[in-house]
Amino acid sequence: MAPALRRRQLIQPQDGVARVARLGPPLTLAILAGPILAGLAGTLLPAFGYLPALGGARLTTDAFAALFAAPGITRSATLSLSTGLVSAGLSLLIVMVFVAGWAGTRSFARVQAMISPLLSVPHAAAAFGFAFLIAPSGLLARLISPGLTGWTRPPDLLVLNDPAGLALIAGLVVKEVPFLLLVTLAALPQVRLRETRALSAALGYGRIAGFLYLAWPAIYRQIRLAVFAVIAFAASVVDVAIILGPGTPATLAVRLVGWMNDADLSMRFVAAAGALLQLAVVLAALLIWIVIEIAFARLREVLAARGTRLRHDAGLRHAALGLMTLSGGIVLAGLVALGLWSVAGLWPFPQPLPSTFMLKPWMEALPRVAGPLATTLAAAALSTLIAILLTLLCLMREGDTGRSGGRKALAFIYLPLIVPQVAFLFGLQFLFLSVGFVASFSALVLAHLIFVLPYVFLSLSDPWRAFDRRYEAVAAGLGKRRLRTLLAIRLPMLARPILTAAAVGFAVSVGQYLPTLLIGAGRLPTITTEAVALASGGARRTIGIYAFLQMLLPAIGFAIAICVPALLFRHRRAMQS
Amino acid sequence: MNRLMLDAITIALGQRALLAISARVEPGETLTVMGPSGSGKSTLLAYIGGFLAPEFAASGRVFSGDVELTKLPAEDRHAGLLFQDPLLFPHMSVAGNVAFALPARIKGHAVRLEHAEAALADVGLASYGDRDPATLSGGQKARVALARTLVSEPRMMLLDEPFSKLDADLRAQIRDLVFAKARAAMLPVILVTHDEADANAAGGQVVTVGEEA
Repeated sequence: MAPALRRRQLIQPQDGVARVARLGPPLTLAILAGPILAGLAGTLLPAFGYLPALGGARLTTDAFAALFAAPGITRSATLSLSTGLVSAGLSLLIVMVFVAGWAGTRSFARVQAMISPLLSVPHAAAAFGFAFLIAPSGLLARLISPGLTGWTRPPDLLVLNDPAGLALIAGLVVKEVPFLLLVTLAALPQVRLRETRALSAALGYGRIAGFLYLAWPAIYRQIRLAVFAVIAFAASVVDVAIILGPGTPATLAVRLVGWMNDADLSMRFVAAAGALLQLAVVLAALLIWIVIEIAFARLREVLAARGTRLRHDAGLRHAALGLMTLSGGIVLAGLVALGLWSVAGLWPFPQPLPSTFMLKPWMEALPRVAGPLATTLAAAALSTLIAILLTLLCLMREGDTGRSGGRKALAFIYLPLIVPQVAFLFGLQFLFLSVGFVASFSALVLAHLIFVLPYVFLSLSDPWRAFDRRYEAVAAGLGKRRLRTLLAIRLPMLARPILTAAAVGFAVSVGQYLPTLLIGAGRLPTITTEAVALASGGARRTIGIYAFLQMLLPAIGFAIAICVPALLFRHRRAMQS
Repeated sequence: MNRLMLDAITIALGQRALLAISARVEPGETLTVMGPSGSGKSTLLAYIGGFLAPEFAASGRVFSGDVELTKLPAEDRHAGLLFQDPLLFPHMSVAGNVAFALPARIKGHAVRLEHAEAALADVGLASYGDRDPATLSGGQKARVALARTLVSEPRMMLLDEPFSKLDADLRAQIRDLVFAKARAAMLPVILVTHDEADANAAGGQVVTVGEEA
């Protein structure tokens, strides 16, 4: 081909929209990778003793010595590792068998409709709800007492905060199941489910076996990074572990945050060293997971080669359906428990319902709630808005160049979800402190943006790419400029997915605990940090109020995302789907 | 004069040359481009219209009268496009679709709607303005798409198999309407199709592309 062939449409991407869109990818990359790299460096230096502001001027390994001398540190690290792997593995197993056994059925649609909205519930709110459910004086014990148990007072059982972390694992599972279900659903169109099922059934394979042999490998390739994100999150989570996790010793991340906020500033060095240990724990968890992946694939190959048909899988299928329903039911019941406690007056054990209701706690709490509520809303709205704009610019640029960046770009998107938060937020806090940026509202928005952006991008990119670009060609042919076409045609036609992505981003921001705590330095409290701060005290009514609000905000966001387009386009049938 | 000139156009996908064409289309006449699917005949329209996907490479010039279109951005080329699907904007009313296409010099909401209604009446859809496009029949949608294109005062019409999804009797009807309107407006037309009947109805020159050499 002659070089003249490269001439092509050099004209189109020169307009204003294209020029602005050009900024999208580098800005997004900077926001995703910049704070993480800077933060990791900012953690690394103090871990090796270098932090001039605190008198650390030379490199030592003292912090590591202190870290490993801390009582129970090995146990803390092992706990983090095991809770991360076990909760992620269980969640994935439940979702996998459920999708294998039920995809395309009416039961599937019903469970999906029940589970999907739960994705918007912040982790802390779900954890509090779970705690209110299973605590010795919780809703469950009340429902079966004294009839089944004979308890007339709360039993002295360590159900919550058990040393093995079982409550923490269960709490994580019920919250990860909706997420993994959603990403699996998004990958499902990759496989032709109906044909696959018919083929495997014709060969005499049970539903689950047929799905695992023929469809699952392709689906798993799509959701693998999301699974990694779940493992990394579960192995380094702070808020859920404070609420449900063991106390003596706590999981690694919880102890690190404690050291970070210790009045004795020299503990910061130990915390930084611990953050590197946390990074190692997550890496170890991912490595072990990769080994599990290989073993699972091998097992599948052996079974498939042997022609194991698992023809009678009804029991397994119903178990998966039951577990799915149960996990959704637990979150829902927990939310009910939160709501009940927030308005409960007198509620003696073992009564299943309060004997009196009162709004006094709400009345008392509201003035105190107003400030954190405003911060929560402002940070969430602003970080979501910026995330939507950046995502749109990236996607427009992708349309101009025809290059999506493929797997490499996707890995960057997932970076903030896989690198454990403590590992780089510590360093980021040190850096922000040194430039006086910490506890400023813009720093808080930036910190939230790091985590909001990936979710907004992941939520919006598929519908954006699926848009029929011939609409834009038609509009251009009608003489409309790019900006006009964008504003009058593409954005309105994609109003629903854009608002949904915004609702997702909003929910993610509302749920952020650690970035708010560290970058806000305790001076920019949100509903979430206030709620988690209440965890150690026993003020159930106040916790109920905060956690209920925490759950309510994302729900309102999603309600808006559903209702506004429905109302706006109520006379346009093709816009209703 | 808005005679359409295609001057030594070549289009390639990667290392594979798709087509090479030079042609002249007089106002009111039709050039029919035929070829099997995958022959790149639609990319020719995309190149003329200015929205060729970035993975394609192309060269050659397109003139409308004295204006070199290939130097202009897509929105200044005024290429009236009709695709297989009517592609009515689903969030606008029928009249809204047509009004959107009116040139900017027609000012005022009421005046624009009036123009749109008149254009709809012109294709046999008087009083359909308030309707939701999704409630129209296939033939009605095709008429709205045609009206929308015509009011935008295009320099030419580019037809990408616009009749292929219509039923046989409807098909002849819409085809005759499109060609009648294009002739009345003295627009040069390029029609891409794999249907001989379309080519016959169009009259004029026929070029075949993408045949194995």
